Amino acid sequence: MPETPDISGTPRTAQGSEAAAGGPGRSGAATDSGGADASAAHGKTGATIELENLTKQYPGSAAPAVDSVNMEIKAGEIVIFVGPSGCGKSTTLKMINRLIEPTGGRIRIAGEDVTDMDPVKLRRKIGYAIQASGLFPHMTVARNIALVPKMVGWPKSKIAARVEEMLDLVGLDPGEFHGRYPRQLSGGQQQRVGVARALAADPPVLLMDEPFGAVDPITRDHLQDELIRLQRELHKTIVFVTHDFDEAIKLGDRIAVLRERSRIAQFDTPEAILTNPADDFVSGFVGAGAALKRLNLTRVRDVEITEYPTVKIDDPLQDVFDKLRSGSTNEILLLDRRGRPYKWLRRGDLMRAKGSLARAGTLVADTVTRDATLRDALEAVLTDNTGRVAVTGRRGEYEGVVDMETLMNSVHELLEADRLDAIEHQHHLEEVRAHQTHADQEGDGGGARA
Amino acid sequence: MNFWEFVSSTHQQLLTDAYQHASAVFQCMVVATVLGVLIGVATYRSEWAGNLATLTTSTILTIPSLAMIGLLIPVVGLGVPPTVIALTLYGLLPVVRNSIVGLRGVDPTLVDAAKGIGMSRAARLLRIELPLAWPPILTGIRVSTQMLMGIAAIAAYASGPGLGNEIFRGIASLGSANALNQVLAGTLGIIVLALLFDAAYVLIGRLTIPRGIRA
Ligand SMILES: Nc1ncnc2c1ncn2[C@@H]1O[C@H](COP(=O)(O)OP(=O)(O)O)[C@@H](O)[C@H]1O
Ligand SMILES: [Mg+2]
Repeated sequence: MPETPDISGTPRTAQGSEAAAGGPGRSGAATDSGGADASAAHGKTGATIELENLTKQYPGSAAPAVDSVNMEIKAGEIVIFVGPSGCGKSTTLKMINRLIEPTGGRIRIAGEDVTDMDPVKLRRKIGYAIQASGLFPHMTVARNIALVPKMVGWPKSKIAARVEEMLDLVGLDPGEFHGRYPRQLSGGQQQRVGVARALAADPPVLLMDEPFGAVDPITRDHLQDELIRLQRELHKTIVFVTHDFDEAIKLGDRIAVLRERSRIAQFDTPEAILTNPADDFVSGFVGAGAALKRLNLTRVRDVEITEYPTVKIDDPLQDVFDKLRSGSTNEILLLDRRGRPYKWLRRGDLMRAKGSLARAGTLVADTVTRDATLRDALEAVLTDNTGRVAVTGRRGEYEGVVDMETLMNSVHELLEADRLDAIEHQHHLEEVRAHQTHADQEGDGGGARA
Repeated sequence: MNFWEFVSSTHQQLLTDAYQHASAVFQCMVVATVLGVLIGVATYRSEWAGNLATLTTSTILTIPSLAMIGLLIPVVGLGVPPTVIALTLYGLLPVVRNSIVGLRGVDPTLVDAAKGIGMSRAARLLRIELPLAWPPILTGIRVSTQMLMGIAAIAAYASGPGLGNEIFRGIASLGSANALNQVLAGTLGIIVLALLFDAAYVLIGRLTIPRGIRA
């Protein structure tokens, strides 16, 4: 496999892979048909992970906590382990970096059997991020991030540059956060630093154990969006544990729904699990509202983002009047000095505010990025009650809008496509069954042929 | 002769005794700290070993210091050796106990994280566990030092060094003109030394406890 990087692969910068990225949003779309080739073209840095009959029997317990798991994880994909509490998700995950030693089976990373490798060396090549960040409170943010690069012997100057780069990558201002201690950060910021630390030495594989479990829902949403953006730039192989099915849907290229003893109930794309749950256990886990959850699977980048008339807060008032009068819409978007959406201005708003931009219009209540899900977008449209939501770039700058009509159309198309998929899947199953029956009937006489 | 006249007339002797007192306590504390932390590190992960270490060191502490020195004299002779051994043994308990408590108190998720990012056993201990356990360990050292200040006075009984000599001489000549002054000078000297040491520990705490975990 030429495209599979060696597990001890040399570090590469995020910028490098960012430039190479920028293909279709969800790499999951490529997983069905030779995903490895597709993502190789995008400068993939991930490695495959194969679990073979992986088993863990804790001493003193009758049944194994993880019972003979077989799984192949492709390079560069995000696989989510989801399942009820105590089903063995963490145990399975921690066997991949041998924090828990398996009692049976093999683990292969990038084709290399690591089941008997020195665990300390192995772990330096596997990023590890956990709930509540696991940052060391007596070290500054910079020292926390620098730990693994130091251990693997990077030169000092390179480490310093890398720390800044990683902070920037996870959306924290290096100058401001570099010298802070973990307790001087919010929960969400700590989690970002935790991810930065896990990625610092550019490991091909990243393991995350309920990393966003301890932060508030809004922050969690942001962190999830960030992870998606990050992954589009980096193409790591990520194994992510959660008990939250919505999180699994939002993040996963593929989801492994696990039942007790880490048995795989279904291992498939979120779309397939939502539309074709394998059994009652999976349906129970998917829960109600599959149609709404479907909205979590599509991102703003996948629907049409339209232009919208805008004015800058520094523009002369006359221009604002002209735009309002001449425009095809009766509303325009006012941007602040840094080009970020600020207010919606209707015709007449300025008149009522006696020509003062400071007082006119209604503040923009919510915006979305291209990585936001359609569900987020729908929610923003509903709260902003302008019938549309502004789409912003990485630093909050205006990029376009998505309106209600676009959303509705996309949802209809999606549901229709899913319905067709489901029918096709049904057909396929029937065909397979028919084929089998046929083969069985012929089986008596066909023994000699085989 | 009032007390101050006594002090100024014997200040040379007092200073020598104070210096030797401080020096004995300091040196024994260094040994007790090293030994105590090593014992803590060796035992904290096992329930029974940790308890055994705490129990042993606390048993030593219940032996009256005079008896301990008395028992040591036939074995190691008079003077410095029994003083050093006794002080070191007494100094162990708070250090051992606080090392074990401190090391056991390190958040297990942090140890898990340290392991998970590929730190070796030694690196985990030196760079994560000991620094995080350092504030309680330092408290143990501080308590030990205060205790040794008093116990060191008994060393004079075995012809050991220190301010205990003033006290013992005073007691021996009770009724004579300067007996009380002598006892008072020795006692006050020990109190002043104890306060100075405590101030030093506050400073050491400031310098060695990382800002991120300082109270
Ligand atoms: N160190 C351990 N010793 C014994 N049993 C354990 C240990 N860790 C976990 N278990 C058991 O293994 C099962 C799976 O645990 P875990 O992998 O943590 O589940 P999950 O992460 O899915 O909640 C549970 O029944 C748990 O009680
Ligand atoms: Mg768990």
